Amino acid sequence: MSIQTIEDTKVKTFPAKPAEIIAFTAKARRRFDPIAIAGKLASTLMPPVVVIALMLVVWQIACSSPTSSLPPPSQVWNEAYDLIAHPFFNNGPQDIGLAWRVLISLQRVAIGFGLAAIVGVALGALVGQSIWAMRGLDPVFQILRTVPPLAWLPLSLAAFRDSSPSALFVIFITSIWPIIINTAVGVRNIPQDYRNVARILRLNPLEFFIKIMVPAAAPYIFTGLRIGIGLSWLAIVAAEMLTGGVGIGFFIWDAWNSSRLPDIIVALAYIGITGFCLDRLVAAVGAFVTRGTTAK
Amino acid sequence: MTAYLKLDHIDKSFARGGQVSEVLKDIRLTIDKGEFVSIIGHSGCGKSTLLNLIAGLTTVSAGAVLLENKEVDSPGPERAVVFQNHSLLPWLTVYENINLAVSKVFGRSKSKAERHDWIMRNLDLVQMAHARDKRPAEISGGMKQRVGIARALAMEPKILLLDEPFGALDALTRAHLQDAVMDIHSRLGSTTIMITHDVDEAVLLSDRIVMMTNGPAATIGEVLAVPLARPRRRVELSSDRTFLLCREAVLKFLYERHRFVEAAE
Repeated sequence: MSIQTIEDTKVKTFPAKPAEIIAFTAKARRRFDPIAIAGKLASTLMPPVVVIALMLVVWQIACSSPTSSLPPPSQVWNEAYDLIAHPFFNNGPQDIGLAWRVLISLQRVAIGFGLAAIVGVALGALVGQSIWAMRGLDPVFQILRTVPPLAWLPLSLAAFRDSSPSALFVIFITSIWPIIINTAVGVRNIPQDYRNVARILRLNPLEFFIKIMVPAAAPYIFTGLRIGIGLSWLAIVAAEMLTGGVGIGFFIWDAWNSSRLPDIIVALAYIGITGFCLDRLVAAVGAFVTRGTTAK
Repeated sequence: MTAYLKLDHIDKSFARGGQVSEVLKDIRLTIDKGEFVSIIGHSGCGKSTLLNLIAGLTTVSAGAVLLENKEVDSPGPERAVVFQNHSLLPWLTVYENINLAVSKVFGRSKSKAERHDWIMRNLDLVQMAHARDKRPAEISGGMKQRVGIARALAMEPKILLLDEPFGALDALTRAHLQDAVMDIHSRLGSTTIMITHDVDEAVLLSDRIVMMTNGPAATIGEVLAVPLARPRRRVELSSDRTFLLCREAVLKFLYERHRFVEAAE
């Protein structure tokens, strides 16, 4: 309604002032209006809730025949209720809640991804800063980054002769490439002015790295970290399926071997939500750290 | 007495893909301590290159830049530059930007409290102490340039190099900043070299104006002394005979004898 009036005034008459005033008061009123806030919240939350509900209904109908090979949501709810309702139960070494398993997997991701972040930013800085390092290393990186995570696993099992460092290595090697490549692009894009400032101040390489390079390239670095954490979460589940242990990936493999399909579905939901949270976490840290850097 | 800064037969050429282009040819200039010298010329005449040579950001092809009889071959805080686009680091506040310079230059010789006082004194000098905790994105273009000047001054440079410092500002802000620079120059007596393409600005601020011929192979065409007493006030000068004569001399050089030929770029 109000949009219509604005358009009308603009088209019909030459002073657009009354329309501007209307728009402004509407904006000011909205700020103190709890109904409007609730409405906005509903408009962002409602669509996904409706979609999920529809999906559950379709799934329920599709899988409700007795001959169906997959369980419907109602069966998942009934048979895996303890997994859904009690994420933190602990009944002995192999019988623990899914939240514990997720935490164990997250711990592996934290170590592997943390190492990848440190090494990746350092290597990316080198490649971005030195034309010769780029010429030498970039082709190697471009080839290695296309290798699927699990293809590294046999090699790392052979090298480390133990499953848990192998899983860490797979996470590391999966998530490091986007970190290297994005950091290198960010470093290459540091404005010449900042470099000149650093040269006039005679910053040594370490000071330049900490005070100019990392903050200037931070938006790019965090893009790389965000892609990297997503990849490492993909890799951990696959790696744990093969290496065993108590992570969420192994849980799925174990459930498959004992034909507990509802458990697998619950585990998938846990993995998805955790991955989503990880992505948002890195994005939020990035937004906090890089505040102000993108503005000129 | 030897000169404070001496540009001794400087040539500068850039090699690009087998082609060598000569930018500056046989630049000879001496500048005394405390002098304010402007370098003026059409765009593309290599005046920014000349400033970069003095700053040490690029190296000479032949000849030498001598500051107090020592050859300049790398950049350093004793030749602080105020860049045209301010070049403040956007992730640091105004205070932190200056602190970066001060802690690097005076990290050993001054205590923490002394460094703080020194930062605040330089911010006061450009009247920016009120914005110490703002980030560059939150202040206006003129204010950013003031902070840029404060950062350069805080290095306590032997020579202050201004690279078209007011080029990106509107006329009123520009006038304010010119007054600020004149005021700072009279208080500190800092030796200053300023690149500009604004004739009024050059005459108003400078003791001498160095006029560059057009490139390629640009050189110093003429050096004009501006015999105006300081302090100078822009309103009174606008009808001052000496001011007008100086202005006319620069204009004649730029638009009659060395007219800018578009193709020369």
